[in-house]
Amino acid sequence: MSDLSVKICGVNFNNPLIAASGTFGFGREFSEFYPLEKIGGISCKGITLKERFGNLPPRIAETEGGILNAVGLQNPGVDHFIEYDLPWLKEQNTVIIANIAGNTVEDYCAMAEKLSDTDIDFVELNISCPNVKSGGVQFGTSCESVGNITAEVKKYCKKPLMVKLSPNVTDIAEIAKSAEFNGADVISMINTLTGMRIDINSKRPIIRNNTGGMSGPAVFPVAVRMVWQVYNAVNIPIIGMGGISKWQDAVEMLMAGASALQIGTVLFNDPYAPVKINDGLEKFMEDNKISSISQLTGSVIPWE
Amino acid sequence: MKYDTRIFKLLKNEEIADGIFDWTVENAELAAMAKCGQFVNIKVPTRTLRRPISICDADEKTLRLVFQVKGEGTKIMSEMQEGSDVEILAPLGNGFKIEKGKRYCFVGGGIGVPPLLFSAKQADNPMVITGFRNKDLVILQDDFKKVSDKVFLATDDGSAGIHGFVTDVLKDRLGEIDEVCACGPIPMLKAVADVCKGKVNCQVSLEERMGCGIGACLVCACKTKTEHGEAMTHVCKNGPVYNAEEVFYE
Repeated sequence: MSDLSVKICGVNFNNPLIAASGTFGFGREFSEFYPLEKIGGISCKGITLKERFGNLPPRIAETEGGILNAVGLQNPGVDHFIEYDLPWLKEQNTVIIANIAGNTVEDYCAMAEKLSDTDIDFVELNISCPNVKSGGVQFGTSCESVGNITAEVKKYCKKPLMVKLSPNVTDIAEIAKSAEFNGADVISMINTLTGMRIDINSKRPIIRNNTGGMSGPAVFPVAVRMVWQVYNAVNIPIIGMGGISKWQDAVEMLMAGASALQIGTVLFNDPYAPVKINDGLEKFMEDNKISSISQLTGSVIPWE
Repeated sequence: MKYDTRIFKLLKNEEIADGIFDWTVENAELAAMAKCGQFVNIKVPTRTLRRPISICDADEKTLRLVFQVKGEGTKIMSEMQEGSDVEILAPLGNGFKIEKGKRYCFVGGGIGVPPLLFSAKQADNPMVITGFRNKDLVILQDDFKKVSDKVFLATDDGSAGIHGFVTDVLKDRLGEIDEVCACGPIPMLKAVADVCKGKVNCQVSLEERMGCGIGACLVCACKTKTEHGEAMTHVCKNGPVYNAEEVFYE
């Protein structure tokens, strides 16, 4: 019998599939399709210290094999999350990851401190959002800034700290090492790649923010490559994401070095994708006599 | 379970005007749940995003969906063979509220016209005013005439019906109605809302680029006035139908 469960930082996930931040809200909508215990965890919509309106629409555009989005971190604020969303989430028997974003290092620290006394399981440091004017990705693109914010937040964070990396960097392995050295417990990667589409009739960018974050199947090979590079550079677990849309992708990402997975864009195409991917993954493991997910992690045999 | 997606059988796919296609799809389980003014989210082969399309009409077993080819997704949809399977997430959103005893006027422009057919069927003796750019884009007139004896047509160039806008007709008829339900391009909705303001209540159905279709991804934002002040609400979950006074028309 193959076991889909994974344990990361002492936290047990029913299976390795986690809903990626920003694609799943706080879970309520998708719970109308299936009980949320069917997925390993939920990385909640990115929250900020105060409520944010987000960007003007259009906030989404389709690309070949993917999408661009620029929501701009619309969210009700950390206090609202703790008071109204978390109590409900806690009853869903799934791992809860609070994704936090801010304008300043102090914002991140204040949120990490507040969340440390709640029922969440992980804090995910969003230093890779490409769609807000200040903060977000500016913290995530140099080893110094990633190291600094990780070390500062770590002082206030009593929960396991997951640092979500941006792919819009020169050397992602060096950034991951800086996060690990400064106290990150887990790496999640990759956030979206910055992209742009233009309407050739109006000459206007399709997205009101002009640029947006690209996700979906088209970014999958980039994500696999980056996860593999980071797996070879750090000793902390990696939660791999970026374009996973079928069970074969899940196996591939685990082989590249991921200990668990996040999926996002595929949910817009098929809300049942997590259930289907888990089924396919379990069958692959049974067919290949693989008893646990950890046996797949990093099992790629690279060419010499 | 409030949301679900099912395989529908494409019974009919017919081009009823230049670039405008008329689908009938069958799945008794979900079709029977449809209410007027709601929409569906259609999975399109090879496309990452589903395509949100308004419900033009519905019965116990089937949905009628009328859409315009605007890009690659709707192009693929227009070429799908009758008899093929289509996966559809339905029904979605909050539709028009139609009350007994009120005199309704349904005002539509262009590809915003289709959802008004099912909606007009719910009202007692409705009035219908539809507008199009020109005669080649006129749709659903015979269908509306079956549910109403007060059907008005306008075209921007005068090639069919009245030469002018839907608001030109609406202005003269306000005394005969209690409430307006409108769907169409934003400038039209704004003009209709202005005509109705202070005189009759007006509901408007909006369109926006969508992701999930259920209110989780927050991309289909609409700036609205709420009891707590201004807010970004979402067309898929809070709409697509809003009270005209709630909406900021950009």
